[in-house]
Amino acid sequence: MHNLPILSLTLLLPAIGAVFIMFLPKDKVKFIRWTAALVTFLSLLLSLLVFIFYDRSTGGMQFIERITWIPDLGVSYALGIDGISLPMLLLTNLIGFSAVYASWHIKEQAKEFFSLLLLLITGVMGTFVTTDLFIFFLFYEVVVIPIYILVIMWGSSKRVTKEYAGMKLTIYLLIGSAFLLLGIISLYVKAYLLTGKPSTDLMFLSSLDYDLSFQIFVFALMTLGFGTLLSMFPFHSWSPDGYAGAPTAVSMIHAGVLKKIGGYGLIRIGLFILPAGAQVIAPVIAVLAICNVLYAALICISQKDLKYIVGYSSVSHMGYVLIGIAALNLISINGAVMMMFGHGVMAALFFALIGNLYEKSHTRNIDDFGGLAHQMPRLATGFMIAGLASLGLPGMVNFIGEFTIFVGAFSEYRVLTVLAVSGVIFTALYILRTLGAVLFGPRQEKWDHLQDLKGVEMVPLVILGAAIILGGFFPFTIMDLINQGATELLAHINLLNIGGI
Amino acid sequence: MYLLLMPEIIIALLGILVVILTLILPNKGQEAAKFVTTAGIIGVLVWIFSNFNREASLFNNIYLIDPYASFFKMLFLTASLLVILSSFKYVKKFGRRTSEFYAFLLFTILGMMIMVSAGDLLTLYIALELMTISFYILVAYVLNRETSQEAAIKYLILGALSSGILLFGISMIYALSGTTVISEIALCLREEPALISAVVLLLAGFGFKIALVPFHMWTPDIYEGAPINVTSFLAVASKAAGLAAMVRFFMISLDLFWFDWHLLLAILAAATMIIGNLIALVQTNIKRLLAYSSIAQAGYLAVGLVAANDYGLKGVLFYSMVYVFANLGAFAVATQIENDMESNEIEAFGQLGKRSPFLAAVMTVCLLSLAGIPPLAGFAGKFYLFSGAVEGGYVWLAFIGLLMSMISVYYYLKVVKVMYIGKAEKNAPLAIEFPARIALWICVLLTLLFGIYPVPLTVLTRNAVSLFLG
Repeated sequence: MHNLPILSLTLLLPAIGAVFIMFLPKDKVKFIRWTAALVTFLSLLLSLLVFIFYDRSTGGMQFIERITWIPDLGVSYALGIDGISLPMLLLTNLIGFSAVYASWHIKEQAKEFFSLLLLLITGVMGTFVTTDLFIFFLFYEVVVIPIYILVIMWGSSKRVTKEYAGMKLTIYLLIGSAFLLLGIISLYVKAYLLTGKPSTDLMFLSSLDYDLSFQIFVFALMTLGFGTLLSMFPFHSWSPDGYAGAPTAVSMIHAGVLKKIGGYGLIRIGLFILPAGAQVIAPVIAVLAICNVLYAALICISQKDLKYIVGYSSVSHMGYVLIGIAALNLISINGAVMMMFGHGVMAALFFALIGNLYEKSHTRNIDDFGGLAHQMPRLATGFMIAGLASLGLPGMVNFIGEFTIFVGAFSEYRVLTVLAVSGVIFTALYILRTLGAVLFGPRQEKWDHLQDLKGVEMVPLVILGAAIILGGFFPFTIMDLINQGATELLAHINLLNIGGI
Repeated sequence: MYLLLMPEIIIALLGILVVILTLILPNKGQEAAKFVTTAGIIGVLVWIFSNFNREASLFNNIYLIDPYASFFKMLFLTASLLVILSSFKYVKKFGRRTSEFYAFLLFTILGMMIMVSAGDLLTLYIALELMTISFYILVAYVLNRETSQEAAIKYLILGALSSGILLFGISMIYALSGTTVISEIALCLREEPALISAVVLLLAGFGFKIALVPFHMWTPDIYEGAPINVTSFLAVASKAAGLAAMVRFFMISLDLFWFDWHLLLAILAAATMIIGNLIALVQTNIKRLLAYSSIAQAGYLAVGLVAANDYGLKGVLFYSMVYVFANLGAFAVATQIENDMESNEIEAFGQLGKRSPFLAAVMTVCLLSLAGIPPLAGFAGKFYLFSGAVEGGYVWLAFIGLLMSMISVYYYLKVVKVMYIGKAEKNAPLAIEFPARIALWICVLLTLLFGIYPVPLTVLTRNAVSLFLG
């Protein structure tokens, strides 16, 4: 079992699928679709195997692979997975697999669509399984261009044109990554000057002592870079526009996992390598996080377009993640990672359902709808699961994340946490209002022609819905892992304090 | 000794042979010239590659054979090969003067090859003139097009001016040191205030050749006016040649500690990256867009010389090489479009994604490599360059470089956008001739390969820069 390069296989299967699809004739749409479905299914299966066979008694980095890649720069193709990255890997594959089914009806240039989508999934997954900074950045940026092309070609123009949405998304993320890359290069060069050995290995980089001003400088750069990706206030405005313009699958992956690279990066790279810098910058992040939570929630209340509602709500929810990271204790970090997982499946499910509804009704405006539960009971169930998860109903996976964050953060930032908790009320307000307006009320005859979810359309609902509910009822399956990973990480940087009230 | 000079001798003979061929074979000469040139260049390329690590200095250090020179010679030959392959069809426009086109092309290559091997400022200057004068002619090669003539006149005047400035700088260096041999200058250079003006003049002179802001004004018009294959060669090879000579001279001769030319060059590089990229944002003609983008690229390359350390110099070499593939790939696609649409406007790329998915994919990959997006080769190059800058203490310069390269994505993506969702004037699939197809494949595959696995190129660059760093 341990001789098999299982992480490489998980990672490269979608890439191989993408290349394979490029060589298929373009009219074999069915074959292309099934290829995409097959490779993502295998990846999902493999990541489930990793999840099951990860040795929880020993912890640490497991399934390690290492090949020297660019000796001149000290880069290795190094893979490994621990308690923090494993939930992210699982999340990526859950959403990647569902995203293929959510795009089942794409006929126009399906070949290009699915190969780009698979490249996108590979890129996202790569960032979570690598333990090398260079490779991390490589995968992170790989995703940007496929997203751009996917948005401008298969996106939708409603409130903003898809060209605008795609460009805004791309430029924001790239400018964020310019800051990030400067931070990475500074770190790399500093380590080289300190030790005389070029290396981009995360473990190696975190074992060195950097002076405080350098740590603050680099961590600030990373906060800008990762913060933009995580739609941290005030760098969040790409997010709602981007999601609105993007095709369903891209919205799902983007809101579901890609954004989480920001949070994951802050923990895995920022905090892990630069703990002293993190402690200085954390209060700033916490304040911005509250702006995220409240400001985006207030905007949400006045939105009419379903995609904008979910888009802004994801900005709002990322505030919780940020405050969890900023509190810098075990419980809050556990909560942040759990929240990223929970929000990922929830947002992906939301976008899958909205995409499906939009495809059939050609509108996303909540005022146009009403009483859809009559015509589309399955879709309505999905919306209810996603919506209730979004407002943090106990029994759903998101509740666990939110609750843990609040418990962890309260000891650090009392006032801010109270403000953050009040965000839950606003969330409940706009979510319930949206669900009510779209799903319930009298039956509207103009929507009688809409067909409920059936066949492959059920896949995203079943997979993601199951993840939300199973995660809610058996949170320890994931939480124990995260706890283990976070404990090790914090112990490594001597910051292990439990937090809590 | 003559064996060491074989590549230069072969190229010179080849140039003369190509001219004669048309005279003795009036009808078949034009076609034969193509194949003779191509075969000759491939032969020399293989020769240089197999003797890559050979080191020798000839004629009392006036002419140097070392891995550094070999690296750039390979670069010029590869670039010329790609240009020739991608414009097989395009050169038909030149009619009966096709074979002379190849002859002049070979002479420019000869000039560049001597330039990078020159161990003496006068040899360097003569080689530079050989290259530039051949380019004056090539730029004017479409006689019936006004823009081409205008470009040639502009290039002639500005080129002569910049050569004059460079020569003035060289003469001042001679006055201060009593020698023109690069390796001896550092030993006998008298440090007087006049040296500052000499360094500034040399920076300006070389700055003209590689189009650093504020000496960049000539580039857009000339790139737009010249035949597209000449433009692509000019943008890639002549820039690399100028830079290569500049690096050798500045690194070996001007190791000054009382006048910081690094800072001066850093300011020029920053201005180049900012202005090149910002003006490129509003271009609607692909040649002008690539012209401004190539100005910006020169700025990135100059960052490596500013840093003047291990990473920076490796970066210069690495990036110049990957720049060849990316830029020539983009130009090769533009050449195909010009063959088909008779236009250089970006609009002419409309629906290329449907008309020829291959061309559109090559264009996308090449442009994004220019922008430095991983996993393409440009990213690895920029990583070297900016690591060098940070190591040398120029964090601000690295920041400007990174930020501007992200901004550059905007105008590169504008082209991508037109290709995938633009309006098409023609819908017929676009036919690509076989040699161009080979060139395009070489560009795209190497851009991907050196991005994902840059080791083959890093080995070469490491050997090549070892002469500066011991």
